[in-house]
Amino acid sequence: MTAVEMPPLRHSVSPLAWLRKNLFSTWYNVLLTILALGLLYALLHPALHWARTEARWGVIAANLTLFMVGQYPRDQLWRVWLSIFLLGALLGLSWGIWKNAARGFALIALGAGLAFALIGLLLNSNVWINWLLAVALLIGFYALGRILPIGRRFLVTLSWLLYFPLVILLIAGSRFIPFLSPVSSNAWGGLLLTLMITIIGNVASLPLGIFLALGRRSKLPIVRYFSIGYIELIRGVPLVTVLFMVSLLVPLFLPLDVRPPDAVIRAIIGFILFEAAYQAENVRGGLQAVPRGQYEAAQALGLSGPLTMAWIILPQALRVVIPAIFNSFISLFKDTSLVAIIGLFDVLRVGRSVLAQSEWLGTHREVFLFAFFIYWGFNMAFTYGSRRMEEAMGVGRR
Amino acid sequence: MSEIDQTQDIIISRDVHKWFDSFHVLKGINLAVKKGEVIVIFGPSGSGKSTFIRCINRLEEHQKGQIIVDGVELTNDIRNIEAIRSEVGMVFQQFNLFPHLTVLQNIMLAPTWVRRVSKDQARETAMQLLKRVGIPEQANKYPGQLSGGQQQRVAIARALAMQPKIMLFDEPTSALDPEMIKEVLDVMIQLAKSGMTMLVVTHEMGFARAVANQMFFFDEGQIVESGTPDEIFKNPKEDRTKLFLSQILSH
Repeated sequence: MTAVEMPPLRHSVSPLAWLRKNLFSTWYNVLLTILALGLLYALLHPALHWARTEARWGVIAANLTLFMVGQYPRDQLWRVWLSIFLLGALLGLSWGIWKNAARGFALIALGAGLAFALIGLLLNSNVWINWLLAVALLIGFYALGRILPIGRRFLVTLSWLLYFPLVILLIAGSRFIPFLSPVSSNAWGGLLLTLMITIIGNVASLPLGIFLALGRRSKLPIVRYFSIGYIELIRGVPLVTVLFMVSLLVPLFLPLDVRPPDAVIRAIIGFILFEAAYQAENVRGGLQAVPRGQYEAAQALGLSGPLTMAWIILPQALRVVIPAIFNSFISLFKDTSLVAIIGLFDVLRVGRSVLAQSEWLGTHREVFLFAFFIYWGFNMAFTYGSRRMEEAMGVGRR
Repeated sequence: MSEIDQTQDIIISRDVHKWFDSFHVLKGINLAVKKGEVIVIFGPSGSGKSTFIRCINRLEEHQKGQIIVDGVELTNDIRNIEAIRSEVGMVFQQFNLFPHLTVLQNIMLAPTWVRRVSKDQARETAMQLLKRVGIPEQANKYPGQLSGGQQQRVAIARALAMQPKIMLFDEPTSALDPEMIKEVLDVMIQLAKSGMTMLVVTHEMGFARAVANQMFFFDEGQIVESGTPDEIFKNPKEDRTKLFLSQILSH
């Protein structure tokens, strides 16, 4: 057969053609466009005017470190930087090896790194060197990832698994390592705290959620009823309640001579317990989407129950629920602002404490706008990265 | 009925009954299959023929009677069941390939994890089987990229990779477009001629005529009639068999 290979049709339009087609196609569209522009100008002009003239952005510049890491000891900040460098390197490596699946997140990190470097330059802070270094690491390890043989994928996965405990060790320190003096988690704050809770909470709750979801379908009544009971109990109460319970009641359950864990650790435990119930329901949805024939085919081949789960059912179920998992990730990220209630200093709470400084009284707008853009920016980044990942993994196609 | 002989018969079914809730699906199935025989089971839908062959590798449980496969009686002992399942290959109507794995991975999975064969050896066997079913060039594609006929041939290769003693086929061509039925039947005929013991639920009477040793006509959960293809096609004894054959052969 002599089939002629034809490239798919491309609809590339110039910006001008797009404008003409969508905004100025008829006289009433022209009218609407002009009206809308006028309205936008009327609304935004005062805000922009305020941002350029009246706003005292100095409040952000002066307290940037506080926003980023809270009370983390200033002479120990290198640990935070090291975590960022490692993240840059790992993202670069993943991008080089997995290409499309990791590209979204890597590009976002690249952009964010450059943006932070620029902000540092503008604010005359020497952190821009660090950010450029992180970006350079990302690009360097991307190049390294491109030339590594395929078999190294396993190593990268392993590095990711090791990365999170390593970062916790770096940030928290340990009595047993001389150059990593312990930093009480009560000193963690700002964006550092917000991100630590989000990432640890999500990474740890997913496996727990998978076990709960499997437990809910178990043939053993004890396991099944325990899972159902747990999920429904947690889903039936607000997150704040869980946080209060964990931070106030955990010390009561421990023997008297055992020092209860720090407030931050308790909060993280609360988030993990809470999030696990929701992840369990996400995963359950995925498990139900796997057709019965898949179980039968695996059984007919003599695969045992655990092998069937590990190789046939879970890979398909988890791929289906990637969007839901990232959705939970984003809502957990926003929910971290609730830790202020149990006395922790996340980004938003740091903002409120900054407002109490006498020289920055009355800078509410600047501070909350900054917090707004932090939350929004991160969530846009997560969304973009996860969407690219979904596309690359063929969610909803294969 | 042929005499039941423990030493030669690889599958023995004695008075097998099954109920779905109160619905009596199988009403006392007696049959015996010798090593290397090709058995075709046919009958109207709802007659229990699929349920019966699914009982042989215990995808369904029978509630009364005895099923003995390769000398082992099927009971609730999970180790027995897994041992039997790795000896009995099955091909489904809907293929049931694993969509997240490539063709090669589909075939290699069970040998590497159940039989503990080395990866290299499993890959070699898989490629040989793919050549045997005629699609070695599709090895690195995903099932979703193949036609129905190709998928079913992969499913056959996947089952054969476990080197089973018995192959069960549950309406293997019913979900296929007409032009793809032949490519699957050709593979099955070649397999039958190689001496594999096969139980095939199908309405492909051409296949039955070509390779079947015994045919069983199922209706309402019972074996109504059995015999060689010659006996069944040339002079069916029961009226129900005659009627059914006239219906499926008329067009």
